[in-house]
Amino acid sequence: MPKPDLNQNNLVVNSAPHIEINDHIVRRMWVTLLILIPTGVAGVYIFGIRAAYVIIVSIITSIITEFVCQRLQGRETTILDGSAVLTGMLLAYNLPPTVPLWIAAVGSFFAVAIGKQIFGGLGFNIFNPALVGRAFLMASWPKYMTNWANPRWQVDAVSSATPLGVLKEKLSQPLPTYWDMFIGNRGGCIGEVCVAALLIGALILIALRYISWQIPLTFILTTGLLSWIFGKGLFKGDFLFSIMAGGVVLGAFFMATDYVTAPLTKKGKVVFGIGCGFLTFVIRKWGGYPEGVSYAILMMNAATPLIDRFSRTRKYGWKKCTKGR
Amino acid sequence: MLRLKEEKELTKNCAVVTSKLPSKVYIPLIQHFGKPCDKILVRVGDVVKRGQMLAASDSGLFSPIHSSISGKVISISSYIHPNLGKANAIIIESDGRDESISFNSRSKEKIDSLKKEEIIKIIFDAGIVGLGGAGFPTHIKLNPSKPVETFILNGAECEPYLNVDYRIMVESIAEIVRGLEIIEKILSVKQIIVAIEDNKKEAIDKFQAMLLPSHWKIKVLRTRYPQGGEKQLIKSVLDREVPSGGLPFDVGVVVHNVGTVLAIYQAVYEGKPLYERIVTVTGKCLENPGNFLVRIGTTVRDLLADCGPLKKEPAKVVFGGPMMGIAQYSLDAPVIKTTSGIIFFTSEELTKRENRVCCRCARCIDVCPARIMPAIIAMAAEKERWDIAREYDVFDCIECGLCSYICPAKRDLVHLIKYAKARLKPK
Repeated sequence: MPKPDLNQNNLVVNSAPHIEINDHIVRRMWVTLLILIPTGVAGVYIFGIRAAYVIIVSIITSIITEFVCQRLQGRETTILDGSAVLTGMLLAYNLPPTVPLWIAAVGSFFAVAIGKQIFGGLGFNIFNPALVGRAFLMASWPKYMTNWANPRWQVDAVSSATPLGVLKEKLSQPLPTYWDMFIGNRGGCIGEVCVAALLIGALILIALRYISWQIPLTFILTTGLLSWIFGKGLFKGDFLFSIMAGGVVLGAFFMATDYVTAPLTKKGKVVFGIGCGFLTFVIRKWGGYPEGVSYAILMMNAATPLIDRFSRTRKYGWKKCTKGR
Repeated sequence: MLRLKEEKELTKNCAVVTSKLPSKVYIPLIQHFGKPCDKILVRVGDVVKRGQMLAASDSGLFSPIHSSISGKVISISSYIHPNLGKANAIIIESDGRDESISFNSRSKEKIDSLKKEEIIKIIFDAGIVGLGGAGFPTHIKLNPSKPVETFILNGAECEPYLNVDYRIMVESIAEIVRGLEIIEKILSVKQIIVAIEDNKKEAIDKFQAMLLPSHWKIKVLRTRYPQGGEKQLIKSVLDREVPSGGLPFDVGVVVHNVGTVLAIYQAVYEGKPLYERIVTVTGKCLENPGNFLVRIGTTVRDLLADCGPLKKEPAKVVFGGPMMGIAQYSLDAPVIKTTSGIIFFTSEELTKRENRVCCRCARCIDVCPARIMPAIIAMAAEKERWDIAREYDVFDCIECGLCSYICPAKRDLVHLIKYAKARLKPK
């Protein structure tokens, strides 16, 4: 062993702290991706291999778009940080399994280019990129975006409606049972149908402290309670149905909790969650669409700077000589 | 607040060892919060003894300094300072005899007969400052401008790696209790609370084994950083918040660190000024890490004789704890009154600050003990928006470093906040 040379003062001098937590934003992205894989697998199992193609096309387009945008802007390329992959995956999870593959590609391009890169990349975007992509597709090609499929083992495998659609359009189709909705035996977007897989992932995210509980809990409770109270006649609505029939679980745990576009403080997160839940209910009940989760989140994204402004933390020693809380 | 990886095991069970007598000491004129000692009492060539006062001042916030060895003053000049980079220091060459001035020891009866002001004078003359790290002159804190009813003994020692206060509580419990009696007399408080974190079981046992007066309480705290910060400790122990910009006595409290209380005991009972202190010298590249009784002014290089040899070349040497300590540019930096620890880090242990873009995960806001919003202040500092930094109460930051520690984007949050403070400070 060479003897350490102590006459050389080549010491590193930097500012405190001199230790750091074993956590990294890039690792968080990839772990979140891993956690979302079972949901995708469930979607593919339920709707068939086409769903897998949608997911793959969406992710690949997302990566390419991020690369090209950053090259054009002369920025460092960050395709390995997982953010683009996550955006592509989440967009695909928000699409019906029947969409043409070019729709997935266009949506994914829009999500990354307009939803994120135009603002300056990760950390600067105002709206959840995946939801920007979805909103763009809904506005441009509503026919493709509302062409639903039933699980592949059901007799009439195409052009059915989602449970919320059935309710909204007062169709004669039977509504799925709670259990069917829980395991994903129903029509809907690729990533929203299997509530069980989503919940397992969500619990892991909360346990890892990757997301806080405030947004999902208040979001889900608000939607559920409002649907129960005002759904159909006072206190006659269906709490569980309103939560499981649409995209609330996917939206509340994986979309509304996006760090960049949600408020910073716990107080702000509660307001944000309640707002999302309220708007979801309003759109479902009185809006033109059967489902309102994605628009609710986008609207609350727009309100985030305002919420941040009015939901500052209570600083230590701010209230004079406080005794107790 | 947050529980950190402790790393205290490296030196937790190492009894305090007296370090080897250094051949030279470098005693900076400023080792405390306040202004430097500007009245130098010795000249180059003078022969000094251990414990002899070297410098003081006529006015202002300061604390006198004393010689830590016997020998000859060879220079009074600018030298490396562990906190300030460079500062004037008195450099003394040892004569190897380690002779001391005669210390004026006092019996308990004698001390009981002393007036409050006389005891504070003894503490002032002994050059005692807060030994936890801030170095606020102790005689000022013992003379609060408002009546106080509670004294808290700060035995939290929340910084990882450090075991100074723990070893003192384990090894010198009787002296600590005596010291507390002195403080009780000076402050005439209604209660004394001994606050210790629950990772220091032996220290808690020692206190519980002592027969303490009924108005003395032991408060065992859940181990969390930065609980040893004065304001955080008051919050944890009494659930009171010191008003923003205020001091502990605004809520009727005075807090002193365990090491400071031991120094008070030694000054009052033994007449011994503060010329040495206990330092945790630790790190994975040291063969013999430990807790050492070190003369003020001893350099890191000299200390290596006690705790070395080095198993590996250190990449970084930090004075203080790993969260708030200061990285040194030279192994010739001297130990001063506020040096609670010296940590050697290897190149593998270095932090990798990447300063990625803030992703707004808000972990810094969740853990901030001052409950300010570090993410926003740091972003404002990057954009030089000092108005926003001020609006978000940058001056309430206690610089504990938790925000930088926890940031998954590896941003230098506390560094940016300190920068904003420096830019905003009135000139």
